[in-house]
Amino acid sequence: MSEAALSLANDPGREVASSAIGTVPVTLTINGQEHRLAVEPWVTLLDLLRERLHLTGSKKGCDHGQCGACTVLIDGRRMNSCLKLAVTLDGSEITTIEGLGQPGNLHPLQAAFLEHDAFQCGYCTPGQICSGVGLIAEGHARTRDDVREQMSGNLCRCGAYTNIADAILEVLGTEDRE
Amino acid sequence: MPDTRHEPIRVGIGTPLNRVDGEAKVTGQAQYAAEYPAAGLLHGVIVSGRIARGRITGIDETAARSVPGVVEVLTHRNRPHTPWLDRNYKDELSIPGDPFRPLESEEIQFSGQPVALVLAETFEAARFAASLIDVSYEAAPHNIDFEASLAEKFLPSKKRNSYHEPKNHGDADAAFDKAELRHEARYHLAVEHHNPMEMHATTVDWHGDGTLTVYDKNQGSQGVQSYLCNIFGFSKKELRVVNAYVGGAFGSGLRPQYQVYLAVMAAKHMQRSVRVVMTRQQMFTHAHRPEAVYTVKLGAEPTGKLTAILGDATTSTSRFEDNMEDVVIWGMINYDSPNMKGEYSIAPRDTYTSADMRAPGAATGMTIFEIAMDELAYKAGVDPLEFRMINYSDIDAMYRTPFTSKALREAYREGAAAFGWDRRSPEPRSMREGRELIGWGMATGLWNAEFVETSARARLTADGRLEVASATSDIGTGTYTVLALVAADTLGLRPERITVRIGDSDLPHSQVEGGSRAAASAGAAVQLACQAVGAKLLAAAAKVEGKPLGDARSLEDVTLTDGYMILRSDPSKAVSFADAMAASGLDVIEEEATAKPGLGDRISQMTKSRNVHSAVFAEVRVDEDLGQVRVTRIVNAVAAGRIINPKTARSQILGGVVMGMGMALHEETMGDPILGRWMNHNLAEYHIPVNADVHDIEVIFVDEPDPEVTPLGAKGVGEIGIISTAAAIANAIFHATGQRHRNLPITIDRLIAT
Repeated sequence: MSEAALSLANDPGREVASSAIGTVPVTLTINGQEHRLAVEPWVTLLDLLRERLHLTGSKKGCDHGQCGACTVLIDGRRMNSCLKLAVTLDGSEITTIEGLGQPGNLHPLQAAFLEHDAFQCGYCTPGQICSGVGLIAEGHARTRDDVREQMSGNLCRCGAYTNIADAILEVLGTEDRE
Repeated sequence: MPDTRHEPIRVGIGTPLNRVDGEAKVTGQAQYAAEYPAAGLLHGVIVSGRIARGRITGIDETAARSVPGVVEVLTHRNRPHTPWLDRNYKDELSIPGDPFRPLESEEIQFSGQPVALVLAETFEAARFAASLIDVSYEAAPHNIDFEASLAEKFLPSKKRNSYHEPKNHGDADAAFDKAELRHEARYHLAVEHHNPMEMHATTVDWHGDGTLTVYDKNQGSQGVQSYLCNIFGFSKKELRVVNAYVGGAFGSGLRPQYQVYLAVMAAKHMQRSVRVVMTRQQMFTHAHRPEAVYTVKLGAEPTGKLTAILGDATTSTSRFEDNMEDVVIWGMINYDSPNMKGEYSIAPRDTYTSADMRAPGAATGMTIFEIAMDELAYKAGVDPLEFRMINYSDIDAMYRTPFTSKALREAYREGAAAFGWDRRSPEPRSMREGRELIGWGMATGLWNAEFVETSARARLTADGRLEVASATSDIGTGTYTVLALVAADTLGLRPERITVRIGDSDLPHSQVEGGSRAAASAGAAVQLACQAVGAKLLAAAAKVEGKPLGDARSLEDVTLTDGYMILRSDPSKAVSFADAMAASGLDVIEEEATAKPGLGDRISQMTKSRNVHSAVFAEVRVDEDLGQVRVTRIVNAVAAGRIINPKTARSQILGGVVMGMGMALHEETMGDPILGRWMNHNLAEYHIPVNADVHDIEVIFVDEPDPEVTPLGAKGVGEIGIISTAAAIANAIFHATGQRHRNLPITIDRLIAT
């Protein structure tokens, strides 16, 4: 059992809530580490990550799948973690921004975001980067227009869109950079 | 000795530097208000009221309280005691009126007003229980319809202290009546909500020893600290506010929002740590850009020379506070006309008080004025850019004072050249490609260059590391990086040896971060503090054996590079910071300094105008059948004095332009007059630009040396990018289609209905 799961079991608040209602066992591999957890069926993956596992890199921007700030990779595919109930993900492999790279050991897309100033406040950034990694893995984006279209599920209120497209195109290795 | 084989890499003001907080942001390590852990944390979920005006007649909490994990429900009936007087609730902006007090009484003043806070051991329990709170109301008549509210418009006798009265000249009415060329039209701007990506959130860490740390989303930690201390009776030693990372704000964090009030109230009541996060829907229940109507009348000679400028604008506010903006002054400042008159009023309605949103007043007023100018240019048969040059004013045309600098001519020239404006075909509907009509439009931007008293501390340690600190904020604006650059520039240190600490009420004094003034103000304070450290270093160097620096007494006598003081008159003589400190037995040199307008500056502030200018050029492509508008090209040429970090400054302009695209085409909060509520209160129905909407944006910073405007010569770039971008787009849509739109945003339904 991971440390995070242990701390969860020791959380007095969770005991109060779960003793009356019951929890469902679920095993998730998050950033390469296996977590055996007992969660109530209505807990979203996003709230599990942020509130219980203290992986706050994934952001809550709307809680309704409208903004993309909570995007993580589930079995390699980009998903809005606010729309996923944790109990439906038993056996899944989840990669969050914390798992992509760390300070001093950045993922190429994290490095490209930094270099292209592809963010300002930084709040949508983890979702943008996870979405960008998912987009590159999907292999459908060839041009700048493709990238712009396929990144449109991730809102950025600071308006860093052109720099986000530049960063993704750099990692994608295409010439269509305008 | 420093390595003199190569020219040292000098990083300082003007270096395009990656964000020093960037690595924390791209790895998810940057902690925002809702992300601080606290032992025994309670989760608070706010229950929003359903009616726009009236009173609560009953609250049934039974079902909510029976949810396992729920520990308390706070309402107006059981809330802890709070002070009586309004003055305890005033925040830093001090808007005239009666500040909103959450859970104060049964009275409802606006739809979405918080009526209860449910506290539970888990977020899910609190959220579920909040849905079970049953509130009954007695509704009173309400109005949220702006046009209807205009019947009650007025000019408050007690004005907001940021408001500037328009200064009239000549007889504008008579001049307008006599003018051979005339334009008169009424323009409208919809309500917009700031919608930073991070919702307003607070984590109160209740330490259990009478002290608490309030991690809060805001634009000024010390203002929020004062507000909370005044209301909840804490001293500033007991209550600390931290806003180290802020997930955008755009003005929504200038005033304390109600979640911080509720979180601190709950923490004090429960003697426990509490987290309260607004929902996205609740982000539509507080600050918003006021709705506006603005009638512009312009008179001109047949050549296009303006003879009369008349503006009459009204913006919305609440019934309990009189929020005011500067709407009509911008065109009067910018254009030369012997006769000008501005009128302004506000109209109250049953919503929360409107608020400053990125370039408040100018984003509304200058944008609209620039659409009117475009209209008159067509009437005069003059190219829109040429029309502006005909009416160019080298001085502030309203205050009749010179500018410290105004490189708008250069901005026009460089922007037009980059855009290819001279290839424009003058007639509307004369450019087309396939089924798309192409239009080119332009507009002028104008904003203030502010400088306010700010303090900073610099602390150099013997290992050659520097920490600079000030209570200012970085809301995505690049403050961390700008301050690192200023410190690097002043002491000749590499940025990787510098740590910037901001966003904490414990740090040296700073006002709320807004009005594009943080870089110039906090930057000046950091420069002063670093200069004081430098002076101490130089004094310490005099104790180094042999006095290699001779009699060097002033920082002017030495070059500071990479941890060395090098004698200017003889660069072979140098002393390292470490040797100087060792010789004087110093482990640490720490200096605090305050940058404020001096006597000369104050005189200059009275006799000269301080403004930032821009020229915006836009290309749109409009699908003639579908009414779909694509903004395919924007060139924004900005004259903003000295640019401290070209990289983050460019991003600020890009962001302003994108928000201006939203103003032009997308952003509109729509109210239901019967329910008295904003209806499209989510990000699926309140449209902001997405990546696919944004094509090519080019940012140009024109050369504008201005040592007088602020100590660093910087003017600030946070707001100028949005100003008049929407006008350039609206003017381009006219050029493409021949349709003149005076109601922003220009949505598809408005385009195809014309």
